[in-house]
Amino acid sequence: MWELLVQPFADFGFMRRALMGCIAISVGATPVGVFLMLRRMSLTGDAMAHAILPGAAVGYLVAGLSLGAMTVGGLIAGMAVALLAGFVTRVTALREDASLAAFYLISLAVGVLIVSTRGSNVDLMHVLFGTVLALDDAALTLLCSIATVSVFTLAALFRLLVLECADPQFLRSVSGLSAVTHFTFLALVVLNLVAGFHALGTLMAVGIMILPAAAARFWAVGIGALIAVAVSVAMLSSLSGLLLSYHFSLPSGPAIILVAGFAYALSLVFGPVGGLATLAFPRRHLET
Amino acid sequence: MPTLRALLISATALLALSLSAPAIAQSDRPMPVVATFSILGDMVKRIGGEHIAVTTLVGPNGDAHVYQPTPTDARAVSEATILVVNGLQFEGWLDRLIDASDFDGIRVVATEGIEPIAFDDEHDQGDNLDVHAEGAGDDHDHDEHAEAGHDDEHDHDEHAEEAGHDDDNDHDEHAEAAAHDHDDHGAFDPHAWHSLSNATDYVDNITAALAQADPANAADFYQNRAAYVAEIEALDAEIREILAALPAERRIVVTSHDAYQYFGREYGLTFIAPQGLSTESEASAKDVARLIQQIRERGIRAVFIENIGDARLLEQIANETGATIGGTLYPGALSGPDGPAPTYLDMMRHNAMTLAQALAS
Repeated sequence: MWELLVQPFADFGFMRRALMGCIAISVGATPVGVFLMLRRMSLTGDAMAHAILPGAAVGYLVAGLSLGAMTVGGLIAGMAVALLAGFVTRVTALREDASLAAFYLISLAVGVLIVSTRGSNVDLMHVLFGTVLALDDAALTLLCSIATVSVFTLAALFRLLVLECADPQFLRSVSGLSAVTHFTFLALVVLNLVAGFHALGTLMAVGIMILPAAAARFWAVGIGALIAVAVSVAMLSSLSGLLLSYHFSLPSGPAIILVAGFAYALSLVFGPVGGLATLAFPRRHLET
Repeated sequence: MPTLRALLISATALLALSLSAPAIAQSDRPMPVVATFSILGDMVKRIGGEHIAVTTLVGPNGDAHVYQPTPTDARAVSEATILVVNGLQFEGWLDRLIDASDFDGIRVVATEGIEPIAFDDEHDQGDNLDVHAEGAGDDHDHDEHAEAGHDDEHDHDEHAEEAGHDDDNDHDEHAEAAAHDHDDHGAFDPHAWHSLSNATDYVDNITAALAQADPANAADFYQNRAAYVAEIEALDAEIREILAALPAERRIVVTSHDAYQYFGREYGLTFIAPQGLSTESEASAKDVARLIQQIRERGIRAVFIENIGDARLLEQIANETGATIGGTLYPGALSGPDGPAPTYLDMMRHNAMTLAQALAS
C-alpha cells in the first residue's frame, strides 16, 4: 500500500510538484467552478478557456516559453473577452451566452491568425495541453498565489455572489455592487483558467473547474457543503490521476480529468441528492 | 495495414507519374520545386542550384509533426513540378494537401531505398538500453566503420544485421504496437536524415527526380550532387572521429524528443527520451519516473533540449537528477540563417559537436 500510494511521491520531486500544483488548482479553481455551475454558466468556463488560448499563444510567440508572457497574454485576452461580453450583455439586448460566444470566437480566430502568419508554428499543442509533470518553481509559485488570491476574493464576495446566483434581479435592484460582483467573478474565472493551463493545459483546466462542481451537486445542498465536496473531489481526482499516470503509464493531464469524470459519473448514479439511484428507488419514509 | 497500403499507393502513383510525366519544356525560368520541411529544402537547393526555385512548406524551427498547411502552401504545391517529401509518414498532413491542390508533378520520396528503423515498443526502452550500450562500447566495430567507405556494400549489409539485432526478435510485434501507439506516424521512425549515409540516399533520390524533370540541366545536377556527397562523406568521417573517442559509459543521451535512432545506430549512441516519437504525445508520470531512475543509476551527466518541443519537462528532470543541460540539438528543423544550424550539414555538425562536448565533459 505504501509503495502504491506514497512511494512515487517520496521518490520523485516532479510527482510532489505535480501534486502540489493540482492541489493549488483544486483549492482555487473548483470553488469558482461551483459558482459557475450555480449561475448556469458551466459552459462559460469552456468559452473563456478558448478566449485565453490565443493570448497565451501570442505571449509564447513573443517571449518564448516564458511563464510571465504567457500568463499576462492569457489574462489580457481572457479579461478583454469577459469585459466586452459582460458590457454587451448589460447594455444591449443580446444575452450573455451569445455575446460571450461571439467574443471568444473572435479572440480564437485572432489567435490562430497571429500564430499562422508568424510562420513558426511552434509546438502550440504543448502550450494547449500543458505539462503537469513539468512545473518549475516559478509556475508553482504562480499557481499557489493565484489560488490564494482566488480564495480570498471569493470569501470577500461570498454573500454578493450567492445573491447573484439566487436572484440577480434582486441584487441589481438593492445594490450597486452587482456589476462589480459580476466582473470580479469573471476575472476570477480567467485567473484560475490561466493557472490551470500551466498545470493541465487550457482545455483540461476547465475540466478540473467544472467536473468536481458537477459531481458535488449530487452530494450536498448548501453552498458551503457544495464547495467542500467539490474541492475534496478535485484533490482526490488529482491524487488518483497522478498515481494512475505513474503506475499505468498514462498521460497525466487526461488521467486526472478522467478520474474527475469518473467521480462525476459515480455521483450521478449514487449521489444521495437527486442521484439516479435515489430517483429510481425512493426511500420509504419519503413516501406518503 | 494502412502503412503498407499508403506505401503501395504512393509507389504506384510515383511509377505512373514517372512514366507519364513529360519532360518539362526547357526555359530560363527556374523549375518550381516544393520541399516539405527545411532540411529537405536545403538539400534540394544544394542539388538544384540556380536551375530551380525551392519553396519550403515548414520553415526553420517549425515542427513538421503538427504543421497546418495554408492556402499559399496549396498553391505552391499545385504549381510545383516536383514535390520532395520525407516519406515514412513523417508529413501526416501531406496527403490532404496534395488532394486539395491538384498536384500533378513528380513526387519524390526522399527516404526511398533507405533502411528504416522500426519503432521500438516504448515500454521496452529500459531493457533495450543494455543491448544498445554494449554495441556502442565495441570500439573495434567503430574503427571498421570509420575505415569502410560509404559505397561499400559490405558495410551496408553489416548495418542490416546490426539493425535486425538491435530491434529485437519480435520485430512484427513491435511494428504493430508502434502502429497502435502512433497513428500519426507509420511503423517506422521517419527521422532518417540523422544518419549521413541516409542523406546520400536522400540526395540520390532528389537528384534523379530533378534530372528526370529537367534533362537539359541533368549534368549540373549530377555535378552538384557529387560535390555535395563529397561534403557529406567528409562530415560523416569527421563525426565518426569525434564520437569514436567517447568511452562506452558516456554514450547515453537524454533528449526531449525521441528522434535520433538513426543517429544512434550510425554512430553508436543510445538516445532515451521521456516522450514517444511524436511531439504530440504527452509524457506519462511513469515514463518520466523511469527516465529519472535511468539517469540516476547510470550517472548520466547531460540532458539535451531541442529547438522544437517542450523544454520545461527536461529542465525539471535535469533539476531533479543534478544532470546539466547539455545544449540545444536540432531534430527536425534547421535554425534561422543566424542560428547555429542554417543548413543540413551545419545541423549535423552542430548536433554531433554539442553531443560530443556535453558527453565528454
